[in-house]
Amino acid sequence: MNASRLDVRKTYKLYIGGNFVRSESGRSLAAKSADGKFLDNFGHASRKDLRDAVAAARPAAEGWAKKSAYLRGQILYRAAEMLNDRSWSMTEEIARCTDTDAAVAREEVDLAIDTLVYYAGWTDKYTQVFGAVNPVATSHFNFTTPEPTGVVAMLAPDEPSLVPLVAMAAAAVVSGNSVVVIASEKFPLPALTFGEILATSDLPGGVISILAGKRAELLSHIAGHMDINAIVNGAGSPELQGGTAINLKRYAERRFSAEEWLGGAGSDPYCILDTIEFKTAWHPIGL
Amino acid sequence: MNHAFSAVPTVDQVTIEERAASFTKRSIKTSAKLAGLKTVVSMMDLTTLEGKDTPGRIAYLCRKALQPIERQYETPSCAAVCVYPNMVRYARRFLGEDSGVHVASVATGFPSGQYPLRTKLEETRRAVGDGADEIDMVIDRGAFLAGDYRKVFDEIAAIREACGAAHLKVILETGELVTYDNVRLASQIAMEAGGDFIKTSTGKVQPAATIPVTLVMLEAIRDYFFAKGVRIGMKPAGGIRTAKQSLAYLVMVKETLGDDWLTPDLFRIGASTLLNDVLMQIVKIADGHYQNADYFSLS
Amino acid sequence: MKKSKILPRKATAKRPVAVMEPPAVLREAKPVVPAKERRLRFGSRWDYAPAPETVPVKIDPRYELFIDGKFVAPHSGKYFDSINPATEEKLCEIAHGDATDVDAAVQAARRAYETVWGKMSGRDRGKYLFRIARIVQEKARELAVLESMDGGKPIKESRDFDVPMVAAHFFYHGGWADKLQYAFPGKTPRPLGVAGQIIPWNFPLLMAAWKIAPALACGNTVVLKPSKTTSITALHLARIFQEAGLPDGVVNIVTGTAETGAAIYHHRDVNKIAFTGSTEVGKIIAKACAGTGKKLTLELGGKAANIIMEDAPLDQAIEGIVSGIYFNQGHVCCAGSRLFVQEGVYATVVRKLRDRIQTLRVGSPLDKNTDVGAINSFSQLEKIRELVRSGQEEGAEIEQCECSLPAKGYWFPPTFLTNVTMSHRVAREEIFGPVLSVMTFRTPEEALERANNTPYGLSAGVWTDKGSKIFKMVNKLRAGVVWANSYNKFDPASPFGGYKESGFGREGGIQGLSGYVKLN
Repeated sequence: MNASRLDVRKTYKLYIGGNFVRSESGRSLAAKSADGKFLDNFGHASRKDLRDAVAAARPAAEGWAKKSAYLRGQILYRAAEMLNDRSWSMTEEIARCTDTDAAVAREEVDLAIDTLVYYAGWTDKYTQVFGAVNPVATSHFNFTTPEPTGVVAMLAPDEPSLVPLVAMAAAAVVSGNSVVVIASEKFPLPALTFGEILATSDLPGGVISILAGKRAELLSHIAGHMDINAIVNGAGSPELQGGTAINLKRYAERRFSAEEWLGGAGSDPYCILDTIEFKTAWHPIGL
Repeated sequence: MNHAFSAVPTVDQVTIEERAASFTKRSIKTSAKLAGLKTVVSMMDLTTLEGKDTPGRIAYLCRKALQPIERQYETPSCAAVCVYPNMVRYARRFLGEDSGVHVASVATGFPSGQYPLRTKLEETRRAVGDGADEIDMVIDRGAFLAGDYRKVFDEIAAIREACGAAHLKVILETGELVTYDNVRLASQIAMEAGGDFIKTSTGKVQPAATIPVTLVMLEAIRDYFFAKGVRIGMKPAGGIRTAKQSLAYLVMVKETLGDDWLTPDLFRIGASTLLNDVLMQIVKIADGHYQNADYFSLS
Repeated sequence: MKKSKILPRKATAKRPVAVMEPPAVLREAKPVVPAKERRLRFGSRWDYAPAPETVPVKIDPRYELFIDGKFVAPHSGKYFDSINPATEEKLCEIAHGDATDVDAAVQAARRAYETVWGKMSGRDRGKYLFRIARIVQEKARELAVLESMDGGKPIKESRDFDVPMVAAHFFYHGGWADKLQYAFPGKTPRPLGVAGQIIPWNFPLLMAAWKIAPALACGNTVVLKPSKTTSITALHLARIFQEAGLPDGVVNIVTGTAETGAAIYHHRDVNKIAFTGSTEVGKIIAKACAGTGKKLTLELGGKAANIIMEDAPLDQAIEGIVSGIYFNQGHVCCAGSRLFVQEGVYATVVRKLRDRIQTLRVGSPLDKNTDVGAINSFSQLEKIRELVRSGQEEGAEIEQCECSLPAKGYWFPPTFLTNVTMSHRVAREEIFGPVLSVMTFRTPEEALERANNTPYGLSAGVWTDKGSKIFKMVNKLRAGVVWANSYNKFDPASPFGGYKESGFGREGGIQGLSGYVKLN
């Protein structure tokens, strides 16, 4: 490589409804590495970006849930393939953001890939494991099956920068939800890069939208948004929950340490259950 | 002849059986019980349909139908006696012309109905000629289950014509039709073809009358009334043996078709052993003692 | 693919019949009632005599709180009256528990959890629940009578539904107590600790069972608050716990008002709140519990759609409509209070429903033939009246059971409203009474859109004879329980709970257990 060649920098964009957009607000923030070095600028999501992401997520959820479980699994697996393809650039991204060894970063990327593969396999199994045919006393066929709740907003923790976001989003989209995830505030770039990978993975636009910026600015708008069905909070932010009562959003927390995340704590089928609804149907049995 | 297509609603088994069970849960006490039981007697087609029936046996039956119990209990006569065609003339002789108790005759190759139409018509005309004023015909279940509804219809219409002034009850033999959907459809055909009553069973096939199957037929009667303005009668027969059961039928008529059907003109119960159980209950209410069968005359 | 916009054909017979007119001479022989005069008369040609339930019950003049296995006087020394809504007569006095009493109850529950119940083997916990189920069965009639006197529901329902279901819930959950690991594959379920449970007045004893049975099966202890207007049977249940030898403090019952309930969900040492009641209060509780780490399940209001398709088994659909809205005077969160009828069968359904409600018997809850009992309280009656009035003012037409109502007590006849649109208050707000709003639709898609057009999502009904249509409708209805060709069916093995603002969490079934365990 020619040492004198000038770098081409990139503006990291938000990933909303399958499109890469600068923030509607026109604002951006500077991403810095763990050691404080300037990395790149990225879009600073506003409440209107949140609104746009949810507006895209609603129709996306309907279409995504309608796809067969088999196809959802294939598409999630495709996302794993795409991440695998770009594993070195993602490794580099994490390493430069967090100022860690490439080997350590690579481990996280590998875990993220494996997490996607893990959840890809759950799409057509979780209803079997967690659904039921219920032996009621009357002459009725009665079954309970989990269904996606709809639009899920998620707060990824600051660290690790990639694996929690991937695991949380994957657990929600397994069942057919769409997700609006707020990336790590400290290290947003790996998440935004992950958006670029999703864009090439056959995952329909709007199924996973990725916002970055300042969490605190968005919390009340997330909690109060009437078209969000559920929230998964992996970022602490205890003040978030109170506001969710407005339309009784489903609310779950992921309270894992960085070590736990990197130990695979995010790969757990019970996480799928945080963003589903159990539907029970009855039908008479007769001639 | 007109050809039209008529919609017959389907029937959900579980829900109709639940609804039917609700009638059996009505608590019929004291004055309501007494009035109900007397009404049941007045609606009864006292029946004997045996190969060994003789004029002597018919005499017992007719006497019992005319006066079921001592006059002090103020219990009405039965609505009719129901006999085989060969016994019609004896029944008519014992009952006379103006006793108020009708003579009903099963006909049309009872109970199977597997006979030529020609002989069914002849049988019907003879029974009427011998004095039957009600004919209980059986439908051709074979034709029905084979999907030949036209044949079923045509036969009923032909028998109806052969009945002349006699009333026609059309036995569906619901135990052979098996599903409520079939019962509902057969009811519709029987009413459209001119039956004055529709009747569940011959008593020779199990299950015979049940509460839910009767409910299906009552609902068919109700819909026919709203569609055509004609009140068709209903006769459950076979398997109704206890006073308690008979009251559940009465409850069902009351709550499904209402007051207009609470009359022997539009509701009958075909039974052979029910009468004495009803009478025992009537006496129990009147006298206050639980009863013994030997105190009640056989028919 | 383009969505089909073709209207469905008019109802067609499963098997069309060629209908042939009989010979004219016979047709004329039968009297034909002119179309305008075709109606059914549900009068008194033969009517039922009174059939009062005669099992004697003893209601104490005064009921205390049940804390730590003993009946104790409330800290405040205050009591309130419990009224029989069918007669407006005072039945007894109920202790008014306050925050001090709640604290004592929570402490007792904590102690019981730490010293006895949390450590007990699942097998033994289960045996206690089985014992309780058996005693409930033994005292079934007495409990049914008490429930009907206290709450106004017909004895037929308390006897045949509420109380048997109470026993069934204890029995079902008793069996789970030593098998929980199979309910959570790959995990080790552990109890949460102290569960605070707040229940409503519509199914007082049954709601107590729905709450207590799974909590105990999973190893938790309980502080339960019954609704102010219906506390008596919960306290008789407490006696059953004593008789069963349930260790002290495992279940505590604190009667009182909304403030008593608030003291439970604000209490710091409560690990779990389970609430059944209105969405309004549910939101208050959700807010109060936010950030406290309390696990929360809410079973709240509803405005369920009951959808009648043209090809439905219509007479059974009528039964579903009736049990959907008039069961328990319509005091049912999952009541099918919005009826959507496909236009082609609208006139028929309305006619059949009009006839059917005339046969409903409204009156004394203790008469065995009563179908519709008393409205639970005067304030509820006022709410129902107000909403029905608003419906009429907004242009709805009213159809009612023409029954005579008792002079004393709180009564509202079975009612349905036609000419209702989606924007009428009676089509949007939960009435919680025997009042049905009838609307129409043209296509299945429109039915779905209208059914889902509500902030609620507890239940729904759909009636059609076509299997594939049922599955499509079941799949698309945003509701936690969908009754296809049925309505208001319940079973301990069948999970119950809502989507959207009807709450979260499930009660009953294997899924209901997760509200009472932690897995990590």
